[in-house]
Amino acid sequence: MAKSMVAKSAALGGIGIGGGAPSPGGALAGYLGRLGKNMRAYYQLYLLIIPVVAYYLVFHYWPMYGAQIAFKDFSPGEGIWGSPWAGLKHFRTYFGSYYFWRLIRNTLLLNVYNLLYGFPAPIILALLINEVRSRGYKRAVQTITYIPHFISLIVICGLLKDMLNANGLINYLLNAAFGREGVAYLLDPRYFRTIYVASGIWQQIGWGSIIYLAAITSIDQELYEAASIDGARRLRKLIHITIPSILPTIIIMLIMRMGQMMNVGAEKVMLLYNSATYETADVISTFVYRKGLLEMDYSYSAAVGLLNSIVNFALVASSNSISKRFSETSLW
Amino acid sequence: MSAAKNAGNGANGAAKVAKSAAKARGGARKIKMTPAEIAFDAANAAFLFLLMAVTLFPFVYVINSSISDPIALMQARGIMILPKGVQFYAYRQVFQNPMLLRGYANTVFLVLAGTALNVAMTSIGAYVLSRPHFMLRNAVMLFISFTMFFSGGLIPSFVLVQGLGIYDSFLALLLPTAMSAWNLVIMRTSFAAIPISLEESARLDGARDLTILARIIIPLSMPVVSVMILFYGVGHWNSWFNAMIYLRDRALYPLQLILREVLLASQTDDMLIDMLDDGVRPGLKEQVKYATVIVATLPILCVYPFLQKFFVKGVIVGAIKQ
Repeated sequence: MAKSMVAKSAALGGIGIGGGAPSPGGALAGYLGRLGKNMRAYYQLYLLIIPVVAYYLVFHYWPMYGAQIAFKDFSPGEGIWGSPWAGLKHFRTYFGSYYFWRLIRNTLLLNVYNLLYGFPAPIILALLINEVRSRGYKRAVQTITYIPHFISLIVICGLLKDMLNANGLINYLLNAAFGREGVAYLLDPRYFRTIYVASGIWQQIGWGSIIYLAAITSIDQELYEAASIDGARRLRKLIHITIPSILPTIIIMLIMRMGQMMNVGAEKVMLLYNSATYETADVISTFVYRKGLLEMDYSYSAAVGLLNSIVNFALVASSNSISKRFSETSLW
Repeated sequence: MSAAKNAGNGANGAAKVAKSAAKARGGARKIKMTPAEIAFDAANAAFLFLLMAVTLFPFVYVINSSISDPIALMQARGIMILPKGVQFYAYRQVFQNPMLLRGYANTVFLVLAGTALNVAMTSIGAYVLSRPHFMLRNAVMLFISFTMFFSGGLIPSFVLVQGLGIYDSFLALLLPTAMSAWNLVIMRTSFAAIPISLEESARLDGARDLTILARIIIPLSMPVVSVMILFYGVGHWNSWFNAMIYLRDRALYPLQLILREVLLASQTDDMLIDMLDDGVRPGLKEQVKYATVIVATLPILCVYPFLQKFFVKGVIVGAIKQ
């Protein structure tokens, strides 16, 4: 404990005094002394940071404290602290409910498909853009494919609904090309995941490629020149230089994605699903929303949400440590 | 930290690298391309062309549908490259809709106020946390970063907003999203790259930290500040979920919630559309829908080209630090 304090104070005291190792109590006192001196010397910085820290305390840490309603029978009248404890009742109800496996399955599958198709897409696009020889064409592709990232989900889902309905454009085209009968795609649970993933790729492929393109740009050009002298052709350079060079970036992005495996944002699902497609479309976050805010079952849905937060955090932490071990690339 | 610095350098040196890459390519061109390479280039260009077409198609479709003659539109099926006739009746309808105008005004206010608050909070935080002599910087950074990976969840946040007494007011949309940890990291990295010597003379003249931030740091960081304005601004423009859960008063609804009713309404919630549909002109309902989309999206498409050159910098700095 004391030892870690020393280490911490050494880390924190940006321009602190190095010096010898005093007694454990002295280290803490010394740290506090330096902190006091630092606060007096730079009091303006400490004043400026107050609103920022206050914001995180109130709007991020207070809800974490409030998450205890998952273990209570919360009623708004009695408040978070005053409501009676309920133990693990809500968690047990959740584990025993019909919805439990459906929600886990839908959330996981949506993520797995999204990872499988949505994760490589921007990488491939970045590699393809990098192979374009004309700079103007390159720029045009980038400019145009970035645009959908900025369009609101409401507009995108509204257009999807429009194009995918039984006499919409997609049905018209499929009918003209293959003579297929009209299908109301958004009312059929079989199509939900495809629609969700494909429209996600459409919207994010360009924006997602920026980070990989930037990584490609920072590759040392001498590597390519040396490879050319050795007679390497483009495919070899791609496989032996470009891809290995952007691998750390790919791994970081992958860790972030892995950490989100049990997390699907409620927004897009809410705009696309309906009671006819709950079978494949209802995910944890949409369930929390319906149970909590529409049916006012605060404690139960807080329990579902809390469980999900914990699982997500464990996923990020474990994929981070796995990556640290095998590739020396990590988030922290 | 050093990785972050490298990233900064990488972004700065990007232009240089691109130039030398062009040179290298010029040199490489002397090597004759194999037929396979020529075929690949052609296929690649064609594929990317297709991708651009698929990306742009919905926009073209919406614009065409909003200005075409409704009767011709109903008869025309399939892909339209050009509109069937030009008329702006649907747009007149859109601008006569009081709910929509109200939503527009609300959104403009939320974007301005929200973005101002976001940029102020983020730059103050980034300034303090990028000062090497601020002793608590790692501790505060850890305190903030943790929130990127763990949250209390939707319901406790909702209970908090009710408890604070800001439910059903604009404050419920502004305060809970006052800043984003992600953007703070981007901005902090950018501020940290500015040599500390630049502010020293100002400090000798007795300038306060807030003055140094406003007069020296921010003017030197305009690219990243522009990206922040864009990210936060677009975020506010497009956001609807918080408005949906925190607002009850329809007069406060932002544009996106109105748009949701127009585009995604269920049969029971057709009030607005019925209001728009005068029942005389067939196909008008559809057309008003498309015109509304255009009106709601145009501002973003207008600022987009001006800010595009800053994107790469903003995205790369933030992501690599992570």
